[in-house]
Amino acid sequence: MGKTLAEKIIAAHSDQAEVSAGDLVTVDVTVVMANDITAPIAIESFNAVGVGEVYNPDNIMLVPSHFAPNKDIKSAEQTRTLATFAEAQALTHRFQVGRAGIEHVVLPERGLVLPGDLVIGGDSHTCTYGAVGAFATGMGSTDVAVGMATGKTWLRVPETMKFVYNGKRQPWVYGKDMILRTIGEITVDGALYRSMEFTGEGIADLPMSDRLTMTNMVIEAGGKCGFMPFDEVAQAYVDARATRPYTPYFADDDAEYCSVHEFDLSTMEPQVACPYSPDNVHPISQIKPEKVDQVFIGSCTNGRFEDLAIVADILQRTGREFHPDVRVMIIPGSQAVYLDALRQGWIELFTLAGGAVSVSTCGPCLGGHMGVLAGDEVCVSTSNRNFRGRMGHRDARVFLANPAIAAASAIMGRLAHPDEL
Amino acid sequence: MKLEGKVWKYGDNIDTDVIIPARYLVTTDPKVLAAHCMEDLDESFAQNVQPGDIMVGGANFGCGSSREHAPISIKGAGVSCIVAESFARIFFRNAINIGLPILESAEAARDAQPGDSLSVDLTAGTITNARTGKTYQARPFPPFVLQIIEAGGLVPYTRHTLGIEI
Repeated sequence: MGKTLAEKIIAAHSDQAEVSAGDLVTVDVTVVMANDITAPIAIESFNAVGVGEVYNPDNIMLVPSHFAPNKDIKSAEQTRTLATFAEAQALTHRFQVGRAGIEHVVLPERGLVLPGDLVIGGDSHTCTYGAVGAFATGMGSTDVAVGMATGKTWLRVPETMKFVYNGKRQPWVYGKDMILRTIGEITVDGALYRSMEFTGEGIADLPMSDRLTMTNMVIEAGGKCGFMPFDEVAQAYVDARATRPYTPYFADDDAEYCSVHEFDLSTMEPQVACPYSPDNVHPISQIKPEKVDQVFIGSCTNGRFEDLAIVADILQRTGREFHPDVRVMIIPGSQAVYLDALRQGWIELFTLAGGAVSVSTCGPCLGGHMGVLAGDEVCVSTSNRNFRGRMGHRDARVFLANPAIAAASAIMGRLAHPDEL
Repeated sequence: MKLEGKVWKYGDNIDTDVIIPARYLVTTDPKVLAAHCMEDLDESFAQNVQPGDIMVGGANFGCGSSREHAPISIKGAGVSCIVAESFARIFFRNAINIGLPILESAEAARDAQPGDSLSVDLTAGTITNARTGKTYQARPFPPFVLQIIEAGGLVPYTRHTLGIEI
């Protein structure tokens, strides 16, 4: 019997020749990541383990992203904990505010997570790195602490679900719509404890930014990890960035999948996840065009150069401004994205249109800062979660959508399709 | 080990944003986190929870973010264990790692009503509901996970396996 990507990569990092779904194994970890919320507890636990030094200072990445730039004194203390630890442990990679951004944008962009890696991260969206062919999964702070101390972790080898996308994407349909539709079909625990492999002609012609968006939201279906195929698109992206040699893996044709799900892109329209769950997904045509108070374009899901390009293109093509009654927060996912957007003239474009452009941060996605919602407010967001209270007040309502829907809604002042402009 | 407590019952897909909203993640103090546990869903919880009480949830309990602050806030509130139909995987690991007992039993979770009195035998993995008189068998932990639980969490377990004496 053939092997899935999860089985192959986990086996390569274990002391066993092969592993199968259901096995519990101890594995060597390539990269351990944590952010300004999860690292402080991880550092406390690391100290409690008592090994003194981290197992490999090259492969531990502590990224201040959630409340950074520091929103208050307490969050300042948290980011300082990261910086002090990174200094004391002489960590190779540093992620200073102004030079980094959101971990799930920065790490792939800099070639710090690579095909065949085994990555654990103190952030649930660590699964993003499956787009470059890494086995990557979110864990809590104590698992991160033990990973930093020993370079190892334990895993249950997941069963794998296969998702096949047939046909050609329609205008204004992106990776975001494909993953929202998928979560809508299988629900928020549809992939619980499982790996998700994405494949089909609809994936083959999908740019890397869209692939990263899709693997990013694997956790919203409960998934442990997700994988995009390592093809020419992925190889070109990785080779332009890789900081060290890597080994790509390929799923066997006769690998065992616990289920196969097919989607027809030729009939798929832009999708929106309505409050209060990422699986409450409907096509945009079936959603009431509600008035919106805030639009957020950014996050580890849709804060990349290509996402901002969609917004810039809509503004340039229509010559429109954002609606004066809407707060439009545009936050590049990394400082590299910010600089690229600046050089394109988009920061000026967004600002002249009435948008508020910020330094890179997770900020509003988790109701941290830079766009927290009041009660009864409605927000269209390109981020990944719309649980009650996620972006601020418990009564605020968040609609998750792609950057084109977000831009059109920002211009119209209500939920809108770009064709309405 | 035996636990007894009053039931706080919640539904399916209880996410970590509801368990402890991100606005409170500027501290790692269990008591401060406990004061805000569940507040966007049930303000009465943090005010009225008693030491030893048992939280009961539906499917996919603890879904969403990886914040370990979620099980820390529940444990900090005095909850002795969680019974649910199923747990989201990061929450499952986090709870085990910090020594917060969790049990998976769809039937026990469905039958339990707010205010019911449950007694839990962690060694046997059984849950008894005093109101119905029924006893339920929870899904057993893999032996490796049981070792972490018996050690009191992942940090003491790791110290033990590395030969670091306390």
